[in-house]
Amino acid sequence: MPVAKTIKGIGNRVINAVWRIGMATRFFFLTLLYSGSSFRRFHLIIKELFSTGVMSLIIIIVAGLFVGMVLGLQGYETLKRYGSESALGVMVALGLVRELGPVVAALLFASRAGSAMTAEIGLMKATEQISAMEMMAVNPIARIIAPRFWAGVISMPLLAALFSAVGIFGGYFVGVVQIGVDEGSFWSQMQAAVDFREDILNGVIKSLVFGVAVTVIALYEGYDAPPTAEGVSGATTRTVVTSSLVILMLDFVLTAMMFGGK
Amino acid sequence: MERSTIDFWVGIFVVGGIAALVMLAMKVGNLGTYNVADTYQVHAYFSNIGGLKPKASIKSAGVLVGRVTEITLDTTRYEAKVVMNLDKRYQFPKDTFANILTSGLLGEQYIGLMPGGDDQMLTNGEQLKKTQSAMVLEDLIGKFLYSKAEEPTKQGK
Repeated sequence: MPVAKTIKGIGNRVINAVWRIGMATRFFFLTLLYSGSSFRRFHLIIKELFSTGVMSLIIIIVAGLFVGMVLGLQGYETLKRYGSESALGVMVALGLVRELGPVVAALLFASRAGSAMTAEIGLMKATEQISAMEMMAVNPIARIIAPRFWAGVISMPLLAALFSAVGIFGGYFVGVVQIGVDEGSFWSQMQAAVDFREDILNGVIKSLVFGVAVTVIALYEGYDAPPTAEGVSGATTRTVVTSSLVILMLDFVLTAMMFGGK
Repeated sequence: MERSTIDFWVGIFVVGGIAALVMLAMKVGNLGTYNVADTYQVHAYFSNIGGLKPKASIKSAGVLVGRVTEITLDTTRYEAKVVMNLDKRYQFPKDTFANILTSGLLGEQYIGLMPGGDDQMLTNGEQLKKTQSAMVLEDLIGKFLYSKAEEPTKQGK
């Protein structure tokens, strides 16, 4: 019966997917529940901030600079046709602050820091360090997972803000310094069009949500990885793929909620 | 790595991130550009506001003097009521004229104030009596066609 087999296969996959989503949600709430102790021992979070936030700085800054420069160049080419080169600043700033800053920074963060988190925790599990902790009555979620979670949530908005700021300077460099758009109109039109609450704060909220999503996915995949070399490598790949897709889907939902229907 | 080195770099990271946010708010956004602390409120009725939106700028002689805060439809007179906050530093005569203008060909709409000659100045909560509505393209075309139709045809009989 090949038909019944196919249907069984589909059912099995759906049940597995739902089960994993449920486990990830439980894992997320457990992390929140046990994160009190990681705030009492704040140096644990600082150590993780170093490995997730500080170590991602270079890739974020370089990527932001080039994204801003490309935006400046492409925006100029398009705006030139309508004789409104002076709106280049608006285009670069709104594009970065609303969309590209949070999204691209989160994608880079997922592949730079998320994959490292998954591999680290997966290997801890494979070498039975997590079981050893449980034997010593140390809660691994409070000791290992929660500090990494909070480090990711704290560093994500900061990285996105840095990305946007550097990107705007990249756009400024190409647009004003290289091409010669008027500097005054570049900044003043930008300031007139970008609203603090509407644009900047919404961008920060977006990056916070992405930070939560990426770290939860990375930590859960690591914690759930089969304790083998193959299992850890598979979990790392799944972290990058799943969190990239989740970022893009959440971005649509958040954009529709924040800017849609007005 | 030593703990103090880690602390140092994390400190730089956090301070840098917050500095980027502040820079976005001040230099890129409009938080630093217009101080809304010292304002007084006036309102005006327009028969058509066109594409005017809340937070649109109010200019006099091209200088930003305030912002539109609220636009509602007054159902007693079926006209748009536009509430605006003006900067306390700028006082306008009572018979100031409020126009809805467009910046550039495709630009945003804003309110332009033309000061009149009255001795009395506008105070908080007062109304700008003289207004001119937004230009609506369809109305203009309609008027143009109407006036063309009025003209006697050249051929005659």
